Order: sequence, then structure tokens, then C-alpha cells
Amino acid sequence: MISFDLNGKKVSVDVAEDTPLLWVLRDELKMTGTKFGCGIAQCGACTVMLNGMTRRSCVTPVSAVEGSSVETIEGLEGDEAKAVQDAWTGIDVPQCGWCQSGQVMSATALLREMPKPTDEDIDNAMAGNICRCATYVRIRKAIHDAADKLEG
Amino acid sequence: MTKTFSRRNFLASSAGLVIGVTLPLKGRAQSGAEAAMGGNATPGETGSFAPNAFVRIAPDDTVTVLVKHIEFGQGPYTGLSTLVAEELDADWSQMRAESAPFDNELYKNLAFGLQGTGGSTAIANSYTQMRRAGAAARAMLVEAAAAEWGVPAGEINVEKGMMSHPSGKSSGFGAFAEKAAQMSPPEEPTLKDPSAFTLIGTDVPKLDSRAKSTGQAVFSMDVYREGMETVVLARPDKIGATVASYDDSAAKDVPGVTAIRQIPQGIAVYARSTAAAIKGREALEIEWDDSTAETRSSDEIYDAFSRAAEDGGLDAEVIGDGAGPIAGAAQVLEAEFRFPYLAHAAMEPLDGVIEVTEDGVEAWVGSQFPSLDVPTIAQTLGVDPATVKMNVMLAGGSFGRRAQDTAHFAAELAEIAKAAGGTGAWKLIYTREDDMTAGYYRPLTVHKLRAGLDESGGLVGWENVIVNQSIMAGGPMASMMQDGIDPTSLEGSTKMPYDFANARVGWVQAESPVSVLWWRSVGHTHTAYATEVFLDMVLEAAGKDPVAGRLELLKDDAGRDRAVLEKVAEMAGWDGEPVKGGKAYGVALHESFRSYVAQIAEVSDVDGMPKVHRVWCAIDCGVAVNPNVVRAQIEGGIGFGLGSVLFDEVTLGEGGTVQQKNFDTYRMLRINEMPEVLVEIIDSSADPTGVGEPGTPPIGPAVANAWRALTGQTVTQLPFTRATEA
Repeated sequence: MISFDLNGKKVSVDVAEDTPLLWVLRDELKMTGTKFGCGIAQCGACTVMLNGMTRRSCVTPVSAVEGSSVETIEGLEGDEAKAVQDAWTGIDVPQCGWCQSGQVMSATALLREMPKPTDEDIDNAMAGNICRCATYVRIRKAIHDAADKLEG
Repeated sequence: MTKTFSRRNFLASSAGLVIGVTLPLKGRAQSGAEAAMGGNATPGETGSFAPNAFVRIAPDDTVTVLVKHIEFGQGPYTGLSTLVAEELDADWSQMRAESAPFDNELYKNLAFGLQGTGGSTAIANSYTQMRRAGAAARAMLVEAAAAEWGVPAGEINVEKGMMSHPSGKSSGFGAFAEKAAQMSPPEEPTLKDPSAFTLIGTDVPKLDSRAKSTGQAVFSMDVYREGMETVVLARPDKIGATVASYDDSAAKDVPGVTAIRQIPQGIAVYARSTAAAIKGREALEIEWDDSTAETRSSDEIYDAFSRAAEDGGLDAEVIGDGAGPIAGAAQVLEAEFRFPYLAHAAMEPLDGVIEVTEDGVEAWVGSQFPSLDVPTIAQTLGVDPATVKMNVMLAGGSFGRRAQDTAHFAAELAEIAKAAGGTGAWKLIYTREDDMTAGYYRPLTVHKLRAGLDESGGLVGWENVIVNQSIMAGGPMASMMQDGIDPTSLEGSTKMPYDFANARVGWVQAESPVSVLWWRSVGHTHTAYATEVFLDMVLEAAGKDPVAGRLELLKDDAGRDRAVLEKVAEMAGWDGEPVKGGKAYGVALHESFRSYVAQIAEVSDVDGMPKVHRVWCAIDCGVAVNPNVVRAQIEGGIGFGLGSVLFDEVTLGEGGTVQQKNFDTYRMLRINEMPEVLVEIIDSSADPTGVGEPGTPPIGPAVANAWRALTGQTVTQLPFTRATEA
């Protein structure tokens, strides 16, 4: 049994220790907002927060999160998350949508760290998240919009 | 008794009874998209109104549009709902969208005659149909209100979802849903004059953005059924190889693996979880029989195609004296362009769920051609297609990958259920490696171009010989080939907008076991690059400006091409100086899917590779139903095309082994490489044309032409990394 805190609730799963967190979230806990894209930490679709830091769940063995706090798109909360999701909706960032949970996680983490990022800051923070629909122009703008909103 | 009516006649004659009878939407036909987008009207539910196959109005005033096209980012949920809302005079906030169920007659693409999405046709084929659906619903609601209020229907005004009469009576739609269901649908619903549009042509917010920003949108991979097993398929590393023998003893011992079964497409590993299935597959030992595989390397295939071009191929187009005058020209230019196999690499790899019960078969798939997938599932399982229910799910991109004329994914899914036998539920998942190595690529293509110029730089002849595999040949769409030519192999190289006095386009059909498929903009992916880069070379040799030279060459009747080229030159401030301050500017013009697109790229040289700073784009796509969605498709189409031109190729190594397996070797454009994109949409009242694909073809040649101006290097073999690493 491996136990961890998921979106504020304690969960326990009985799986092999090397099972990637991604598949534990999806197959065992039916939290399907976190997506599979590559399985080798190249695309960012599976991004979650582990103890407040972004983490690629596809290469994170579940044993590594024992006793830790995991936050997924379903439980994402706070001013930054709300600002990001409102900005995402406000300028219609998503196209197919598959990568967007991961994009929203990374963007939220960026704004929690850096309230007023420049284009370059955004590029650095978001370069690990692939969007095959290439919604990048809007991702950049939406992060600026969210930062402006947070600044009030 | 109702079963004796044909569905179409029944719909036309008896709207009230339509509810719950002709719309197969109750119970098991819940789509994942519906869960995400939240349609509220269930046919058969007391008080709801289903005036036709596309519109449902609930007592709570929500209007749900059943969208016959798959939503994978190109925007039909929003676009088709806009068309309905416009003629219904609904308020945008009351609109909902969900996936239509499979019904080939009701929900066929009017451009194809079968239920499916592709060729950038979603808005174009639905434009009048969905407006009529909205107008019919409006007429029935007004008639119901007129009867209730005792006033003439003509005196009722409808605006933003409210019906009102000068006497002071007013109501939303929901209160009249039940009564409207008893009205007869109008024979010929009256459509608005475009000058009266209030929603078409505006940036209404997309209906699916919120669900996709919060992780709530449901895709096929998100479907979990009771007792479901996950399956992955072991495939050969050489395309076309088959299983010679296998040893599954170690795989069977992997905890969670429940069975190993051979199916015609490979060895299927069944497990209680995805992780176990993947681990089980790694433990398989398989001997492959390569006798039917492609065993040539990409370089060997290029050389073979290049040699094949020498005989000129079939005549796809001959203008004037064809290629003949080139021989006697004062100056002859030649170039060979090489385009690699490309994977679509949609972010959601192929996956789907199938469930077999005593009652029938149900599938959840990002099915782009339900009309082909459903019969394939039925045939594989030996059941009546009427017992197969297909839920067309939201899909995490396609770019052509799901437009499977051979329905190969549906076949694999059904084979997995068939091999297991009995009842149960199975999810088939492609890993990224499966997605990238399983074939179904953009065809590897060679273009051999020649042009002749006279002493004053005038173009006296143009020849383009194209060699590639046909996508259509051997499949169900082979009948669309014309005189032995697959139009999708060379589209964009013929019927060019330029006034060539003498020209010839030839095509050689190449053969390979490598499966090929449509890839966002299909033939235009290579024809736009080859023709627009070669034309730049011709104009340079003639001493002409890339923009002015093109304008001069355009035919008199190429008004829409001319307009977008002039517009983009104006946007970018084109002044005949292609290089300024270390940045170069390249132009390309290309029509595809009946939309006209011109782009100018601003490029600098960073470590020997193009850095694209800005792209200006002018597009004429007829009426822009939602300009915001049009801009989004252009932005995305440019990013998609740019990444492939700069970085991507699937190569077959020595012996035919696919060399790229994941995003570490098949590199996607990332946010730091995305240029600023400035889009202008030409104002038009012409019927809408495609936007999903036409943004992609011009970006490659625009960047290549800027790169030529900047460095003098013409990149004739893609991707750019090939040229810079060589």
C-alpha cells in the first residue's frame, strides 16, 4: 500500500512500486484530467504538482510520492489557478485540449513563483509543455492576462 | 408502425413524433463530449423539443446542437452551433454542443456522402444545413407562441433567445418547447440575409474552452468501463513485417497481465492496468518475418524515387506545349526537392474502448469516419452494424491521423474484443512509440522541377514531376482517382494561379509497404513548398521582386490570390528589400481547400538555423463564421507547419527500421520557437471555405524563401536540420 495526499485527501493504492504516478492517477483513481502524451517526460501533458512543484507524473514512480502532497488539475486551487483558467477561457486558448491540463499546471506554477513574467520567463517556464495544435501565441498572452488580473 | 417510415420522410412529416423515435440518443448513446459540454435536453423527456436531427431545446431554455463533425480542436462545436444560433436568434449563453451519434443518413458530411470529417469541410458543408435547422426551430417556436398568445406569427419578434409581441407578451424558448414540438416544420425555412447576421462573423466564445482548461473534457482514453482491461499491441519495428513466432512466457508472469493473444496486426497484451500492459509487452520475445516489410532505408527510397522521376510519369496537367519549350530556353533552372515521411504526432495517441454485452457492441473512439469505423467493427465481430453503437469522442488532435480510410484502428479494436471472446470491455492504447513507428505517414515525396527563361527573363516553360505513394490507391477511396492519378498526391501543383504559357505536371505512383495517410493539408504540404520555393528561384533568375514578380505572373482571373498577396505585402510593409538589419523576409502564396492564403515570414539566422520572429498572414476563406477560430487555426496551422519544416522527419534506417520513436527524436515546435502571428481575414460574403488546413502549406516556403534571401542557401531537402547538419 502506498499512501499520499491527493488534492487535499488521503488516498492509498495497492500497486507495484514502480507504477508511474500518471497511471495510478488515471487507472486506479480515475482522475483523468492528467493526460498521457509521451511517457518519457518530453511533452508535459502529465504535469502535476508534487509538494507544490511541477512534476512529470509519467516518469514518477508512485513509491516516490509516499507521504507527499499531489495536486492535479481536478484539485487545482488558488488565485493564480483561477486567473490562469479564466484567462485560458477568456481568449479561447485550447484547441484539441489534450495538453491543456499540463499547460495550466505549468502556467499556474509560474505565476505562483513569478507574478509578472516577461515573454522570456514564459518561454523558459513553458518550453517543457508541447502543444501540437501550437496554441503557443495564446498561451503566452493568457499568462500575461492572468498576471495583469492578479495584479488587479 | 413507425418503423415502416423512412427516417428522412418521417422527420419531414411529423416533427412532434420525432421525439424519442428517430433520434437514437437515449440511454446508451451518451457521448463523452456531452458530459463535458453539458447538453440538457434529452429526447423523449417531457417538455423538450427536437425539431430536427440537429437541435434540441430544453424547458430550461438551453439549446443543444448535435454536431455531426468530430471536435479535435478545429472548432465545429462552436462553429456549427453558431450557425444554428444565428437563425434561431438564440442568445449565445444558452447554446450547448454535443457529438451527434452515428447515423450515416442524418449526419453525413454533404461533401462526402458519409458521416465523417476531413478536407476542411466542416463549416463549408454545414453552412446552409445548420442554418436551416436553426431557422426551422425558430419558425416552430414562433408558431407555438402565436397560437398560445392568439396573435399573428409575423408580429412576434425574436431576439437573443426571447420571443416578444408588441402587446407585451414575451417568453424564452423553453416554455414553448413542448408546444413547438406539435407544430409542423416549415417546408422552406426562411434564412437571413447576411447583412442581418448578429452572431456569424463575430468572436463568440468557444463552447469547449472551459472544460478543456479545467481537465473536465472527456476523451476516449478517459473512458473506464466496469471490469475493463487495457491492451497494448506489440508491433514490428519494420513497417509491413509480420509475426514469425513469439515467446510470451515471461510476459505472462508480469503481475497484472491477464492474457497474451495474437491478432492479425500483432501480439496483444491484455492487463488490468496500462502500466502492466506496457510492462508485459516489454517482456515479450517476438521473431518478425520481414519478407513483406519495407527494408530500404529512407535514403535508398529517395534515390529510387529520384530515378523514377526521370521518365516523367503520367500527365497530370499539360498547358500549351508542356515542358517542350524548356529545352530551347536561354536559361534553364532545375531543382530536386525531397520531403520525408512525417508522423502526425497528435498529443493524444490513438486509443479507444470497446464493450461487448449481450445487447450489442458499444465503442468510444475519436472516430473521424464513423461511417467506415462502424461497419469495420461489425464485420470483424460478425454482428449486424445496427447493433454497434459508436460514441464519437472528443479527440486530442488528429491532423489526418484519425481520418482512416482503411479503418485500421477500429479493426484492431474489434480484433482485440474478438480474440478475447465473449462479453467484456477493453481499451486499446497506442503508446507514443506505437504512434510514431506504426506508419500511416505523410508520404515521402520527390519533386523534380525545371523551368526555362528567355533572354529577358520571361518564363517559357515549367515542369514538375512528382513521385510518391498514393494514399487512395488500394483503399475504399481509390474510385476517386482520376485517370490513374491520385489527386491528393499532387494537389496544389496543378491549376496554379500563375499564367504559365507552357507547363507540364507529371506524377509517378511509387510503391512501398509503408502505409501513408493524409497529414494536415495533404498534398499541399509538399507541393506548396516545392512550387513556391522554385518560383522564388525563377523570379530571382529573372531579376524580379518576389511579390511584384508573383503579382505580374498571376492570371487575370486570380483575383482572390491577388488580393491576399497584396494584403500581406501591405501588412508586412513589403518594400522590395528582402534583407534588413539581419532579418530577411520571404513570401509564399498558396490556395488549398478553396481558401486563399499568403504569408510573409520574418527570419534571422541563429546558429545556422532559421529563427522565425513574425509571420503575417492574409486569408480569404469566404464568410468567416467565427473570426477568432479562423485566426486560431491560422496560428496553429503555421506552428504545425513550421515545426515540421524545421525539425521533423521519420526516417527508415539501414534495413528499414524506423528511427524516431518519441518526442526526443521527433522534435515538436515549442513555445520559445513560436513566432508572433498577425492575421487579416479578407472581408467576403462568399460561402465559407476551409480553415483547418490552409494555414499550414505557405509557412514552409515563406521561411525557406526568407532563408534564401538571408544566406543564399536554398533548402531542397526537408527538414531544415538536414541542411544545417550536413
